[in-house]
Amino acid sequence: MSSVHVQRRSMMFRARSFMAFVFTPQPPIVEWLTELDASLERSTGFFVGHPVVLDLAGVQLSAPAIAHLIANLEERKIRVLGIEGVEPEVGETGLPPILRGGRGTRSFELPESQPAAAEPPAPLPPQKPASLMIEDPVRSGQSVVFIDGDVTVLGSVGSGAEIVAGGSIHIYGTLRGRAMAGAAGNARARIFCHRVEAELLAINSYYKTAEDIEDSLRHGPAQAWLEGDVLKMAALN
Amino acid sequence: MAQVLVVTSGKGGVGKTTSTAALGAALAHDGEKVVVIDFDVGLRNLDLVMGAERRVVFDLINVIHGVAKLHQALIRDKRLENLCLLPASQTRDKDALTEEGVAAVIAELRTKFDWIICDSPAGIERGATLAMRHADAAIIVTNPEVSSVRDSDRIIGLLDSKTAKAERGERVEKHLLITRYHSSRAARGEMLSIDDVLEILSTPLLGIIPESEEVLRASNIGSPVTLCNALSAPARAYFDAARRLKGDKVPMIVPSDNRGIFNKLFGRKAA
Repeated sequence: MSSVHVQRRSMMFRARSFMAFVFTPQPPIVEWLTELDASLERSTGFFVGHPVVLDLAGVQLSAPAIAHLIANLEERKIRVLGIEGVEPEVGETGLPPILRGGRGTRSFELPESQPAAAEPPAPLPPQKPASLMIEDPVRSGQSVVFIDGDVTVLGSVGSGAEIVAGGSIHIYGTLRGRAMAGAAGNARARIFCHRVEAELLAINSYYKTAEDIEDSLRHGPAQAWLEGDVLKMAALN
Repeated sequence: MAQVLVVTSGKGGVGKTTSTAALGAALAHDGEKVVVIDFDVGLRNLDLVMGAERRVVFDLINVIHGVAKLHQALIRDKRLENLCLLPASQTRDKDALTEEGVAAVIAELRTKFDWIICDSPAGIERGATLAMRHADAAIIVTNPEVSSVRDSDRIIGLLDSKTAKAERGERVEKHLLITRYHSSRAARGEMLSIDDVLEILSTPLLGIIPESEEVLRASNIGSPVTLCNALSAPARAYFDAARRLKGDKVPMIVPSDNRGIFNKLFGRKAA
């Protein structure tokens, strides 16, 4: 018995989301570029350091035409990080990658640049909220995923609902569904709830199902945390 | 202003169609102009419960596909002239419903009626989502039993995300209707209590309908229970619920097994 078994943990991949502006050119492209120039005049250098996504669903452009449009934008110091709304074949032509499944947010007006300020204005302060607050009950079938930090739920989490948080989870109502804290590999995350009737609790992928939760803890306030590779639970009072 | 209501539950067999018919008839009885729409394309029932199955010529799908005009498909109730039914097709399936078609039908009905009550099919697929799509308010029908309550919770989540109102950032008003409530079984702990159901769903209560043979009898003769026997316990509970829908303050009565003053005086034997 000389072989040594090296236990390998599977590699963990992390996801991160970024906010990008989306350009939606309208035909005729030349006029659209003129309009763009007019907007840029008011806020010079706005897109320096902010690559954009090009949504081409509204226009019919061949691959060379798209390349030409991208070159035109680069002349204006606008870099294209991906294109959207085109046939998949276009992706094989050396253009920026095709993006799919983007979610819309509010639309922005370009801010007026102050004439006195010489350096380009910092447009969007990258404020990343470290916690997510949910004021309503989380219903059966709903899934709340927040990898950036803690999740606080003021209502209850229904049977068949799930909360996934990168940080800790705080539930001020009854937890009847699933709560998965520390989902991005944070062993110090915890789960707190006002009343535990959970289907499953997990921290950093160590879990306990309803069957493993002691009866003495059920129906009362409780917390869960990780000690080594054991998920511990205790009453909260 | 017309009110569009969806009667929904997720789970089947909890009393959506019975409740649609009973509430529609109760509102019409109080003088409101009411249309009840069957969204259960392929498995229609509302025509039977309303006693109109022998008068169906055109249906919702015909109207959506432009085969018939809306007024040709509406069936006027024989007992109440301000109550109409828009039946579903039995030969098609839910894929025959189109988003634009449903929107157009609801918009036209809004100009003609005070209350438009959509009887949703069970499930969370196309038929159910289109039935709730244009609702101003929803009646969630629940039996005091865990699987029904969980499915209702799921439906409430969909009402808050998939309806036109939710997409505009508004809220669909929600009412909980507990049906098939059996007081003695609840007392013995064989059913969830009203408080448990309200705690889990955290939705305002519209009414509690007691389990009763009257409901079955009414549907067998093709009459909403509120018209068949207006003095029966379920009919009175539905009338109260209809008044609450109109905004009246009606005290909530938890149905009990006491059948009247004589039972109270003489029926002291242990149940």
